[in-house]
Amino acid sequence: MRFGVIIFPGSNCDYDAYMVAKNVIKREVKFLWHQDTSLSDCDCVILPGGFSYGDYLRTGAIARFSSIMKKVMNFARDGGLVVGICNGFQILLEAGLLPGAMLRNTSLRFICKFVHIEVENENTPFTNLCHKGQVLKIPIAHTDGNYFISEEGLNRLKQNQQIVFRYCDQFGGITQEANPNGSLYNIAGICNEKRNVLGMMPHPERASESILGSEDGKHIFQSIVNFFEKGKQI
Amino acid sequence: MDKENRLARATVYVKLKDGVLDPQGSTIQRALENMGYHGIKDVRSGKVFEIAFQSNEGKKPEELIDEICRKLLTNPVIEKYNFEILK
Repeated sequence: MRFGVIIFPGSNCDYDAYMVAKNVIKREVKFLWHQDTSLSDCDCVILPGGFSYGDYLRTGAIARFSSIMKKVMNFARDGGLVVGICNGFQILLEAGLLPGAMLRNTSLRFICKFVHIEVENENTPFTNLCHKGQVLKIPIAHTDGNYFISEEGLNRLKQNQQIVFRYCDQFGGITQEANPNGSLYNIAGICNEKRNVLGMMPHPERASESILGSEDGKHIFQSIVNFFEKGKQI
Repeated sequence: MDKENRLARATVYVKLKDGVLDPQGSTIQRALENMGYHGIKDVRSGKVFEIAFQSNEGKKPEELIDEICRKLLTNPVIEKYNFEILK
């Protein structure tokens, strides 16, 4: 299978994601430029973290109109796998591929640290090698990660089991103290109804080798590979 | 400048919807309280855009600005807007 990593002006986790796909997961990977008009037959497209367009206007608001995003939207509609990490998640929200929006962290600070997240739904192409309730140690690095959605929207997310990751303590306890940014319902990652689009604020590409402090992020990349190579069954 | 080419101007105000948490607004409110302004009970932050445009695109200025607000300037999940047009 082939990963594609999109580079927007201001992306800064593009090489990390590329490196994990290539050297850790050992699969084919290709960079895609924001002005490209083709996804080059990639099976899974990653929108990496960073500060696309300097976070001007709102995070992700300008990148969402890049020419490659038209292709990403068609690709997602046709069931292609799309992963948005951090700024990538923000872009997917602005593009309407995932519901909700990001507010400024309640602390108003840029927060860069390891957090724990609980796998809430293991029945996705991105978490199929995890088990429900599994605690992953993965870092966050953002200023606007305070996930917001209307009450009605939150109920829909719950009903459709679209909540994939929630901030928790190291034992899996979902507490207010374990919520780094004020996110509603401790939400750290969600998928769309069809389960082929994932957005998450934590950075799995920064936690896929033990030398970096955690290998837990690898589960997400390996789940994607597993999904493809086992015939797309969850 | 002849009348045809004169630019119209719009001012767009973007605010967070009521009920949406405004961490910046509440921090400013607390700062004001610390400064001794005890009467300040609520602060909501927002954005202002001043737009100069040619209003001869076959669209009414109001329609054009409203469209821009919906498509780019605001995120309808969390924000609301209003605008004024100076012709």
